[in-house]
Amino acid sequence: MNEYFILASILFALGVTGVLMRRNLLVILMSVEIMLASSNLALIAASSHVGNLHGHIFVLFNIAVAAAEAAVGLALIVIIYKNKKTENVDQFTSLHG
Amino acid sequence: MSSYLIYVALLSPFLGFLIQIFLGGKLSKTISGTISSLAVFVSFLASLFLFFEFHNVSFSHTLFSWFDIGDFKADFSVKIDQLSLLMMLVVTGISTLIHIYSTGYMHEDPLFSRYFGYLNLFVFMMLTLIMADNLLLMFVGWEGVGLCSYLLIGFWFEDDFKAFCGKKAFIVNRIGDAAFILGIFLIFSLFGTLEFESLYTSTLNRSPEMGFGLLSCITLFLFIGATGKSAQIPLYVWLPDAMAGPTPVSALIHAATMVTAGVYMICRLSFFYDLTPIVQNIIIVIGMATAILSGLIALTQKDIKKVLAYSTVSQLGYMFVAAGLAAYGAAMFHLTTHAFFKALLFLCSGSVIHAMNGEQDMFKMGGLKNVMPITYLSFLVGALALSGIPPLAGFFSKDTILAFAFAKSPLLWGLTAFTALLTSFYIFRALSLTFHGKLGNIHAHESPSSMTVPLVLLSCGTLLVGFLGLPPMFSHLFHVENLFEKFLGWESSLHLSGQTEWFLMGACSALVILTAYTATKLFSGDKAKVTALKNKFSKLHTLSENKFYVDEFYDLVFVKTAHKKAQFFWEKIDIFVIDGIVNGVGSLGRNLSILLSLIQTGRVINYAFMMFLGMILILLYLVKL
Repeated sequence: MNEYFILASILFALGVTGVLMRRNLLVILMSVEIMLASSNLALIAASSHVGNLHGHIFVLFNIAVAAAEAAVGLALIVIIYKNKKTENVDQFTSLHG
Repeated sequence: MSSYLIYVALLSPFLGFLIQIFLGGKLSKTISGTISSLAVFVSFLASLFLFFEFHNVSFSHTLFSWFDIGDFKADFSVKIDQLSLLMMLVVTGISTLIHIYSTGYMHEDPLFSRYFGYLNLFVFMMLTLIMADNLLLMFVGWEGVGLCSYLLIGFWFEDDFKAFCGKKAFIVNRIGDAAFILGIFLIFSLFGTLEFESLYTSTLNRSPEMGFGLLSCITLFLFIGATGKSAQIPLYVWLPDAMAGPTPVSALIHAATMVTAGVYMICRLSFFYDLTPIVQNIIIVIGMATAILSGLIALTQKDIKKVLAYSTVSQLGYMFVAAGLAAYGAAMFHLTTHAFFKALLFLCSGSVIHAMNGEQDMFKMGGLKNVMPITYLSFLVGALALSGIPPLAGFFSKDTILAFAFAKSPLLWGLTAFTALLTSFYIFRALSLTFHGKLGNIHAHESPSSMTVPLVLLSCGTLLVGFLGLPPMFSHLFHVENLFEKFLGWESSLHLSGQTEWFLMGACSALVILTAYTATKLFSGDKAKVTALKNKFSKLHTLSENKFYVDEFYDLVFVKTAHKKAQFFWEKIDIFVIDGIVNGVGSLGRNLSILLSLIQTGRVINYAFMMFLGMILILLYLVKL
């Protein structure tokens, strides 16, 4: 049982590290997806451990939402790239105070 | 029917004001002037009807409830009695003539309709003052006429000096008004009401105050208010400067009506003044001093309107002397006759100034007698009346006051008679300088009929109005009653023997006529004699010509010190303390926000990092829980 959670934690940590360390927008999006997958894994593990199907159904929904989110995110990246001619997040500083 | 007439009398000038202010720009000058004059004339007719209907009753009529807070109640209600009816007739009658005159005098002015709007508003406010049934409403009118006076003195506001004169009048009046409102407060705290009728009944069983008590405070405060509005020492300095306004305004507001408001107020509250002999004596002293001082100043003024202005101050002093002597009938009688002849004199001077294209210096005039015969004759009538030469209006009213003064003390009679001589001298000096002598190189012409007709009507009034109030010995002689005093219900309580009175009157009249003759002789002919006389009394002459340096004194003592204090408060308190606090609060917020805005780096990674940090903190918190 614990192994699942350890794996999920490692995946999540990887995702966080990816988001924080990488500069490429696409890679950041992928890292976010990894974090999402890790949470799905933890959910399924917990659900089968408890022995009901709620968690499974939840995960199915999550995957559907994640697909939609990926579509939106990718579309945004395309637009940003068209405007800025780059995908390096360090170049996006228009919110600077 | 009757209440209907009250509304008409009061509101028709107000309606005229509204029309002039809101539609004035769209009306032609002829229509605008006609509407305005008509509005006042309607008010005059209504007053006339009211007079015939109610000349022997007294009642008050509430138009609407104004204040009703706890114990305090003040309605917008008018009092119709002999006193207010008399004033209404004087004010609306003379206003009508002056409105007509103004249509000619102001014809070239671009702000024609605004001028008439102000004039109508003035009549409305003056009627409010006169007809008010309580002191608070009277105060509304009191302030309203002050406002109109300010607006009309500074009517030609492009000229800085004229705007300054308006401000001076307004500020000096504020001093008096502050005292006036203090008097109102005191009356309310003492009697719990401001209505004249209930005030009268509550003073009925009081005996006169021996010392200087609360009642004396009240009457003194109200009198200080009157010195402001009616231009008495120490607050008279605004009136001569008020001559910066158009001449019909000087005639209406600063000679005939508004400046007499103080006298009217004292007569209205005579029951208070009768209870405070000390204040009555103060009034006599102030009135007498004002009459003599301004008479002396008027002797040497060069500006024709200044002479008339100081003359007005002097005549108002007479009225206050009469009021202080408890001769309210005489005061009101002099008020009425003065309204006629002083308005007449001012309108004549306006006619002259109009003909001379705005020149007011009498030494640049002369010989206008033949060019402007109607104006000359009217001015002559006015001058004779002002000097008190029988049988014109001023003679009867002035003589009544003189008789009362003699009954009080012969010294007071001497002073009033001396003022009468001064009066006769300066007015005939003005007459001679303006109309006699050689005609200069000018193209003067008689004024249009819109201006001469009011002059003629006022001259007739001046000739006739004196007969309304014949002194006792005349009434015995001709078996005519003193209509004026009978009407006002203040039967004169004068007890002088017929012979004494005849003697006093004869002596005074003879001296006045002699002075008038001397002045005419002196100033009509050779200027060398005048110069010789001037050099003989050069010190006195300079003193009088410079108005005894009162303005300079006030400037030094009050204006300069106030200015210095204001400078201190502005430069030190306002700029350093007040602005420092306000700007300090502002810059504190700004600097803090600059500091905080450093967090906003604009880098996505930083935001994400913060988010994770926050999430971890929340998790830690939840786990701990």
